[in-house]
Amino acid sequence: MGPEILRDLSFAIPRGSFQFLSGPSGAGKTTLLRLLFMSLKPTRGLITIFGKDRSLITRRDLPMMRRRIGIVFQDFRLLDHMTTYENVALPLRVRGRDEASYRSDVTELLKWVGLGDRMHVLPPVLSGGEKQRAAIARALIEQPEILLADEPTGNVDPPLARRLLRLFIELNRLGTAVVIATHDLGLMDQVDARRMILSNGRLEIYD
Amino acid sequence: MTDMPAVEQVAVPSAPAKSWGGRRAAPIVPEREIARNALMLVVAIMTFLSCLTLGAVTLVRDTSASWQTQIAREATIQIRPEEGLDMEAALEEAAGIARDFAGVNSVQIVDREATARLLEPWLGSGLDLDGLPVPRLVTVTIDRANPPDFEAMRSLLTERIRTASLDDHRTWADRLVAMARSTVMIGVAVLGLILAATMLTVVFATRGAMAGNGHVIEVLHFVGAEARFIAAEFRRHFLITGMKGAAIGGGAAAVAFAAFGFWAGRNLATPEADQATALFGNFAIGAAGYAGVAVIVIAVASLTAVTTHLTVIAFLKDLDVRQPDS
Repeated sequence: MGPEILRDLSFAIPRGSFQFLSGPSGAGKTTLLRLLFMSLKPTRGLITIFGKDRSLITRRDLPMMRRRIGIVFQDFRLLDHMTTYENVALPLRVRGRDEASYRSDVTELLKWVGLGDRMHVLPPVLSGGEKQRAAIARALIEQPEILLADEPTGNVDPPLARRLLRLFIELNRLGTAVVIATHDLGLMDQVDARRMILSNGRLEIYD
Repeated sequence: MTDMPAVEQVAVPSAPAKSWGGRRAAPIVPEREIARNALMLVVAIMTFLSCLTLGAVTLVRDTSASWQTQIAREATIQIRPEEGLDMEAALEEAAGIARDFAGVNSVQIVDREATARLLEPWLGSGLDLDGLPVPRLVTVTIDRANPPDFEAMRSLLTERIRTASLDDHRTWADRLVAMARSTVMIGVAVLGLILAATMLTVVFATRGAMAGNGHVIEVLHFVGAEARFIAAEFRRHFLITGMKGAAIGGGAAAVAFAAFGFWAGRNLATPEADQATALFGNFAIGAAGYAGVAVIVIAVASLTAVTTHLTVIAFLKDLDVRQPDS
């Protein structure tokens, strides 16, 4: 077993809340997000997700649970052989939905994130900011109950970072709980929101 | 949460959908030409080799069966000359004895000309049989289903004609059966090895082709795709590749069999064909051989799909138990 990354953390993410998760590089922000996304299991401790004990959630149940969570990865994780539209529509496609039933929703969302004219482009020709927005759109397409975003403004210039932040705020207004992992203090200063600061494996919360 | 800036772009009215109808959606599993072609080639080659081995084993089995049949269908009476023996009368008598036995279909005396022809390779043409103590033969064709009593025939022959002997080819046939059995067993063992090598090669080639798709499985997993959906997508993709490769290999083997058969048919009277016929009888892979090719093609394609399925499931399992790395 490796070193303990996180210890003695106790917190809740209320429905419809908005918070930043911050801390120096290597503090464990990504690890904490992965624990919330259930792609990691804690070595000890209790995590309750949507009222269920994480340790009792089976691998078979995971996909259904994950459909209630949107995640934006630091490295986007877009599939290069699919267009922006297809990447954003992927969560719906894997559920077996007919394309006609979601076409207009995806198109509308892509316009909302400013990618209306980049729908049929493959990710390798998108800029960093465009990829970031496509990844965000993919996380939002199913209107998740909670959105986890790992450094969502890490690859974009300040004006675009502000624009993406507004996008998250608007999503939060529509009822989604948002957790943004960032070490960008400038970004956090733009919104008066709850701050969760990780340091040396411990968490301090500033409401 | 206060002081939130107004959102610049929201609620864009839903635009009419673009012309999606004519465009085919990208497949879930990316088309990787090089990996796919390499896998297809490996599958084709291994299927071809397996089918050829199977064809060879089928051929040996059929041929050995026909050797046994032909030899068991005949017996030979041999009469050695001696002082005072009227050879022609003895031959007639021996033929008569044989003919009287139940289970004998026909009896034929190998006449002087035929005997001379038999000896011609060793003693040259223009041979005078009267000047040489050459044994003479009577061939007895027997009913295999209801063979005559060879022992009774043998004792009756030696009783009437002192120098007569009966060879029912049993020793020769027994040896041949033993040899044919061991040949078929060796063939089956070689086929087993080839099939095992094919399985392993196909498994590793499939895993190799899958290796570049880890990120695709990961993304599908994280956007909420169920394991069976992901496995089905990859299985279908690789099943098609496996089927194409196996069909190419199996098809090439079937063409090779047909070509050999055609060649043998066209060259019936040539020394090469005589040599091949002497060894293999009619060089033809029967329906069983072609059915075996079909079975191998299906098995290899299925193996590709099963390997893909297991690889995806193992990858997904690994994703969910991975330990913290940051």
